[in-house]
Amino acid sequence: MSDLLRLATAGSVDDGKSTLVGRLLYDTKSVLADTLDAVHRASADRGLATPDLSLLVDGLRSEREQGITIDVAYRYFATPKRSFVLADTPGHVQYTRNTVTGASTAQLAVLLVDARKGVIEQTRRHAAVLALLGVPRLVLAVNKIDLVDYDEVTFARIAKEFTAHATALGYTEDAVVEIPVSALAGDNVVDKSANTPWYEGPTLLEHLENVPVEEDGTRRADGSGLPFRFPVQYVIRPRTAEHLDYRGYAGLVAAGTVKPGDEIIVLPSGRRSTVTKIDTADGELTEAAAGQSVTLLLADDIDISRGDLIAVADNAPTVTDELDATLCWLAEKSLRPGARVLVKHGTRTVQAVVTELRDRFDEQNLSSVDSPASLELNEIGRVALRLAEPVPLDDYSFSRRTGSFLVIDASDGSTLAAGLVGAPLPELTGLDDELVAAEGTP
Amino acid sequence: MTLALDTLGRLESEAIHIFREVAGEFDRPVILFSGGKDSTLLLHLAIKAFYPAPVPFPLLHVDTGHNFDEVIEFRDRVVAQHGLRLEVAKVQDWIDDGRLEERPDGTRNPLQTVPLLDSITQHKFDAVFGGGRRDEERARAKERIFSLRTAFGQWDPKRQRPELWNLYNGRHRAGEHVRVFPLSNWTELDVWNYIEREGIELPDIYYSHQRDVFLRDGMWLAEGPWGTVRDGEALQRKTVRYRTVGDGSCTGAVESDAADIHAVIAEVAASRLTERGATRADDRLSEAAMEDRKREGYF
Repeated sequence: MSDLLRLATAGSVDDGKSTLVGRLLYDTKSVLADTLDAVHRASADRGLATPDLSLLVDGLRSEREQGITIDVAYRYFATPKRSFVLADTPGHVQYTRNTVTGASTAQLAVLLVDARKGVIEQTRRHAAVLALLGVPRLVLAVNKIDLVDYDEVTFARIAKEFTAHATALGYTEDAVVEIPVSALAGDNVVDKSANTPWYEGPTLLEHLENVPVEEDGTRRADGSGLPFRFPVQYVIRPRTAEHLDYRGYAGLVAAGTVKPGDEIIVLPSGRRSTVTKIDTADGELTEAAAGQSVTLLLADDIDISRGDLIAVADNAPTVTDELDATLCWLAEKSLRPGARVLVKHGTRTVQAVVTELRDRFDEQNLSSVDSPASLELNEIGRVALRLAEPVPLDDYSFSRRTGSFLVIDASDGSTLAAGLVGAPLPELTGLDDELVAAEGTP
Repeated sequence: MTLALDTLGRLESEAIHIFREVAGEFDRPVILFSGGKDSTLLLHLAIKAFYPAPVPFPLLHVDTGHNFDEVIEFRDRVVAQHGLRLEVAKVQDWIDDGRLEERPDGTRNPLQTVPLLDSITQHKFDAVFGGGRRDEERARAKERIFSLRTAFGQWDPKRQRPELWNLYNGRHRAGEHVRVFPLSNWTELDVWNYIEREGIELPDIYYSHQRDVFLRDGMWLAEGPWGTVRDGEALQRKTVRYRTVGDGSCTGAVESDAADIHAVIAEVAASRLTERGATRADDRLSEAAMEDRKREGYF
């Protein structure tokens, strides 16, 4: 079992997310004495009777003054079973931008709802974004359960409604877990609560410690392995007496595994060769897998440089200069058809034109709008792109690491959008029907 | 050969990936190197990233002049051992020619910012590796791995880019640069566990030793070129070690018997103080101290 879990949190403003994250840090004893002292002091200064645990995670001065969180923050905690990297994504403004960022590396997401309000529109939007980004597992933390008198019926109703929604988004039932918690009082966060005797499931931390996780690029949703993908980052040529003819291709295995003797193809050139050696500073490897930084040596002296992709010869991605993609638009300036941008895919950056805006996901009505005039901040839509040169592409739903790209502003260098090859939720257009059906479930 | 990476293996792999991205996309990267533990770890990872070729970057040390001798000796030895190029920007030079003024409290940590930015401009460095970690302090929890700095070296929260997947966007305008933090996702305990696993040598002062120190603001400070005891303070012989190494005027020792790496790990695992809270006077100034210094161009 993996000893590291990358997770993201998402929730609406005032759902108590900062308090929940603070509670996780506090109860796992990940908060050190001086930090805790500062929180006690600041809480007392504000006239609070008990320490405000949200102060543990609200970092920047502007958000402490406003009492809200404004950007993705990363938290680290560990138990004897696992280490956790938590991307804490705020929910109020620019929520898609933050949720997309946190979700892009997450193996699990914790969504918060207020037990008094249940599943609200923003919960459904967050879940849709998490599904789009391919976060494999969801936890719904039904928070403030103390404020509904630890009522089992209320929890069961919310859990059922959420499961129906998640199922409509493509999640299997075992990938979704609902837990009744009170972040403020600590119920079912780390320790099992005596106030919810009717709840027989794990506490939040127990679930995080035991849930199965897979390294990105290891396996598809159906459990089958992924073919080998290796974006070349850098060519290592020592040119020293000891390593006169050494020519290694450095990179991080994006998907699948590789062994010496494997037949590979270099894209976009299409040249073929055989892996002769997998090198690292700690010695040669007999196999390398997704997530490992290694250096490959090949049998043939062929022209390979940064930006090329090495793939297994008999299961290579399509090389194309036209693609359909889903964009999560993250910039203040809007996207209009005809826009000239840069696309960074793997280690290659190419010029591109957005030839068409096909549709936009209407989050208010959870439906889609055909041929929108523009895509605005925090909107998600499907587009057609033409690239200045052909690039090897996988579908995002097939391979997260080689099916994703950045859209970059060529003039100021800012990141404009998160790009997903294909339509990971083809239901974006048909989503409305399924969601209406899901919502219709009592 | 191992197929499943453990936590340290993942962190190492991520850091190596970051070093190689910078080598592939920037013209003039530099590694900030003081001889302290985080920068020594950074250099170790850089060496592994480009093996068997040499590290394709020079090193830069912004030298406050308030150094521990053991650390400078270690710094120079490591540089020579690996055949590296080291640039040193001495705060003293900036004070001598009037570009900087000594502070009333004698602390030189805040004075590092100007020599750092001047050196970046002078050498046209476009990527600057630092050993910052997000677990160190709350203002760093939101820091990006690639952190864009303006032509004035400033960190503008509004211009920081969302970081998606492991795709880093290092584009910048002429005169701007990017600070790169390969250790972003490491915790203090990860750092020590990795140092043990890799057998990385550190300056001796990270391990317990006898030293004459005096108590000021709850910290054990040592005598040095930065000053000595004031009225009411007295030197005492203590068994101490350092958890961080910076400007001697504001870096405190902690009482410790941890004489080797195993003892240090046990101590860090059990410690109830963050390493900055325990040993850095400059971070105690205000709740928002780090945020303010970061905006000014400090790390």
